[in-house]
Amino acid sequence: MKPFTYERARSPAEAAAAAARRPGAKFIAGGTNLLDLMKLQIEVPAHLIDVNGLALDKVEPTPEGGLRIGALVRNTDLAADERVRRDYAVLSRALLAGATGQLRNKATTAGNLLQRTRCPYFYDTAQPCNKRQPGSGCAAIGGFTRPLAVIGGSEACIATNPSDMAVAMRALDAVVETVRPDGTTRSIPIAEFHRLPGGTPHIETALEAGELITAVTLPPPAGGRQFYRKVRDRASYAFALVSVAAVVQRDGTGRVALGGVAHKPWRVEGAEAELRRGAKPAMAAILDGARPTPENAFKLALAERTLASVLAEARG
Amino acid sequence: MKFDTPAGANPIDQLKVVGQPLDRIDGPLKTTGTAPYAYERHDVAPNQAYGHVVGAGIARGRVTAMDIAAARAAAGVIAIVTTLDTPRLAKAKRNAAPLFGGAEIQHYHQAIAVVVAESFEQARAAAQLIRVSYAREPGRFDLAAAAGSAPLVGGDSEEGSGAPPEDRRGDFEGAFGAAPVRLDQTYTTPDESHAMMEPHASIAAWEGDRLTVWTSSQMIAWGKADLATTLGLPPEKVRLVSPYIGGGFGGKLFLRADAVLAALGARAAGRPVKVALTRPLVANNTTHRPATIQRIRIGAGRDGRITAIAHESTSGNLKDGKPETAVQQSKLLYAGANRLTAMRLAELDLPEGNAMRAPGEAPGLMALEIAMDEMAEKLGLDPVRFRILNDTQVDPEHPERPFSHRQLVECLSRGAERFGWSGRNPKPGERRDGRWLVGMGMAAGFRNNLLTKSAARVRLDREGIVTVETDMTDIGTGSYTIIAQTAAEMMGLPIDKVRVRLGDSDFPVSAGSGGQWGANNSTAGVYAACVKLREAVAQRLGFNSADAAFAEGMVRAGNRSAPLGQAAGEAGLVAEDGIEYGDLAKRYQQSTFAGHFVEVAVDAATGETRVRRMLAVCAAGRILNPKSARSQVIGAMTMGVGAALMEDLVVDKRLGFFVNHDLAGYEVPVHADIPHQEVIFLDEVDPVSSPMKAKGVGELGLCGVGAAIANAVYNATGIRVRDYPITLDKLLDRLPEMA
Repeated sequence: MKPFTYERARSPAEAAAAAARRPGAKFIAGGTNLLDLMKLQIEVPAHLIDVNGLALDKVEPTPEGGLRIGALVRNTDLAADERVRRDYAVLSRALLAGATGQLRNKATTAGNLLQRTRCPYFYDTAQPCNKRQPGSGCAAIGGFTRPLAVIGGSEACIATNPSDMAVAMRALDAVVETVRPDGTTRSIPIAEFHRLPGGTPHIETALEAGELITAVTLPPPAGGRQFYRKVRDRASYAFALVSVAAVVQRDGTGRVALGGVAHKPWRVEGAEAELRRGAKPAMAAILDGARPTPENAFKLALAERTLASVLAEARG
Repeated sequence: MKFDTPAGANPIDQLKVVGQPLDRIDGPLKTTGTAPYAYERHDVAPNQAYGHVVGAGIARGRVTAMDIAAARAAAGVIAIVTTLDTPRLAKAKRNAAPLFGGAEIQHYHQAIAVVVAESFEQARAAAQLIRVSYAREPGRFDLAAAAGSAPLVGGDSEEGSGAPPEDRRGDFEGAFGAAPVRLDQTYTTPDESHAMMEPHASIAAWEGDRLTVWTSSQMIAWGKADLATTLGLPPEKVRLVSPYIGGGFGGKLFLRADAVLAALGARAAGRPVKVALTRPLVANNTTHRPATIQRIRIGAGRDGRITAIAHESTSGNLKDGKPETAVQQSKLLYAGANRLTAMRLAELDLPEGNAMRAPGEAPGLMALEIAMDEMAEKLGLDPVRFRILNDTQVDPEHPERPFSHRQLVECLSRGAERFGWSGRNPKPGERRDGRWLVGMGMAAGFRNNLLTKSAARVRLDREGIVTVETDMTDIGTGSYTIIAQTAAEMMGLPIDKVRVRLGDSDFPVSAGSGGQWGANNSTAGVYAACVKLREAVAQRLGFNSADAAFAEGMVRAGNRSAPLGQAAGEAGLVAEDGIEYGDLAKRYQQSTFAGHFVEVAVDAATGETRVRRMLAVCAAGRILNPKSARSQVIGAMTMGVGAALMEDLVVDKRLGFFVNHDLAGYEVPVHADIPHQEVIFLDEVDPVSSPMKAKGVGELGLCGVGAAIANAVYNATGIRVRDYPITLDKLLDRLPEMA
């Protein structure tokens, strides 16, 4: 771990301003991902700004009939929130499918959105990785790709986003609220929050330097039956090979977002019209343009079959 | 004590303490975190500094330069020892590649430096500042590609299984060609990591030219000898201490870089140094279970009797490494007049392959017991019935040599009855429970019982307390407890009057923990020492030792009696002896047997397999402590679930290393993967094994489990997977069509 300096922020705007003043600064909340990466010297912030003291830990109703989730709401608390369980069940289920009880107690809403890939080559500092060290190359391409992306990848990076929570939020059309170093705020639709790798896989979100997430807003409840099906190699405490977040209405329409397949939660709104025709045409449209490797091509069939299973359950 | 004739009646047969399901005497220490592991021995040497090991970032080639200036200048750094300023250390007997020294790199994460600093964090941060230049050389990393040209190589795991390069009985090819029912299939098992909870860790302290290392080692005497060789020290100058161990599974049988670099770091720093290997180094710097490619051919008559059986296995290793002895059990498990086994060894530039729990049999049975399931199906026979039909009570390669005690048939019959095997639908893919496809599978379990000498010292004090000292280790198996039970039984004491001290090279040399030989041999050594102590007690009390009876803390002979402690006097009484074995292992084949039964459910959509029920019926001689033995077996069954369904050290065949080198990437079962597990021990004593009449059981519990699961997946889905682990991607394209 590289030595670093540390401060506690007193307000979101001050935190953002402080981050802009100190190049190489990072915000720290739960630290469940950042500290591990710092120990491995994959993340080497010179300065940490602790945001835990900011009063961003409430889940509150919005005037529009949705929910505003503070950036510091812990994953455990969010999953257990009565309104979330009742009106946004896909989110509660996604949260509980992730990590372990201990980690969820510590991990925050904003931190979950910012967790970094689990590509094994990203974790081995002896190997080139464009995400860890821009321009160094990608050891994963041509290597062990079974857990990696099948769609939206680039010549520079085929890593996946490991979050479950973000997949559910993508299906729910969540909006990320932030404050910038100059004190202005903005709202970023979750569809635009995570980026594809392109030639700059080290830039993973739309956040600008110093910009701090303050909340995630959910629109009014989408209704329907809500599912989060996470498929993995063991029953718990593993990242998704493929996950399906789905909101299915009585009339067979709905929304679907996928985890484990791309650099960001994967949703193609235009493909959702196919849902009424079944999983096969819907998934074909959702994963149109996929470029899997021989090792991870199974994810295409797996995603389709998992969606079929979800749709069958929704009908039943 | 020489053990060369089968045991008669002896004090152990009383079973007042031995054979009782007693709690582990180290249990409270373990559960309260007060059993210190090697890295936690803050008390043993003052002023400890922290060492961090740097592993090579290439798989093969040379280190051309190391820039340590920034690391040397970093906060808290005391010393840096690099491989370039250390002449290559001698390679000890049990290491395939040198552990340190010189420019040449033989495998990924081979140690190239240790950075010693005032704190752990400082040592790690400084280590990351070292810049290394390499000259890469091409390496061989692909077992399948190398298998075709791999030569025949014999080998012994030193863990109880071995085979010559090729072994033939009768005319295999002729009999196989003539057999009306034949199977010829190839199976593969992947590289696996021991993935024990406690990583390899050591604290080293020098006093002049004497070195003490507090470490985590299964085999104290091996570690001491190999550390002395590696450092060029006389063995009597080296002491190893390892009383508590957080799991080993074979990964801590051998000296590794933690002990060596703690010693070198301590010498450079001039003070004690502690070192723990990081998870990536556990995978790529230490040993692993090597991958295998196994071809099995079985020929049988229409009556189901095997006439020809061949098992050939190919594995890879570093130049001086050994083959995985996966054919071993196929020499002994089933009858058949015409037989062939062969092992081939490809030279690879991956980290060293070596023993992991039940080396040989664990991967060997993963293949053989699928083959038996496939053969039973071809014959139209129930898999249990097919195995029973081919039972043998003699070594099939040497029919003049009987098994000392073999209850495989009883294990299988009892297991089938208990598990409800008759409810299994022999037609696969027929049983459905909602979205789950449900199936049952079974396999035979087999693991040899090894006899190896083992010594102990026993002391009696005036309070009537007996203290046992032996370099035996307890790697979580229950050694402390069964040794205490043995001494208590022998000396007529309750278990709380016995103290046990383990894992110190100053104590008499024991069998150590490996090859499931620890329990039987180490307690037999304690038995021998206690026999000697009983004689000394009788003599001190003036009793005729043949008449003396030891019970309730008293010694009685005729109408005389005295408290045991009285014999000790002021100075106490000490006796030391060990067990040594004659030729009983040659005259009799000694093995342990099991029947494994499993029910699985496979998600018809996703192919995710979930184990629903497991049963093991074990025949393994006298069970010294049913509670700790059961724990061993359910732990082994859990490991079998891992091997069957998820464990896979993935090789990057271009770069030559195990990619998923941490516990996030290398998945082992979690609680949610493990269902109800039942274990039955057959009531058995084997007087040929030792005075304890016990055998090993800790590895038997693993042997066969993987295949039982594979066979259950087949029964559930109709999909036969022959390449472990059985992950969902291998099932997906053959699962039922989705609506």
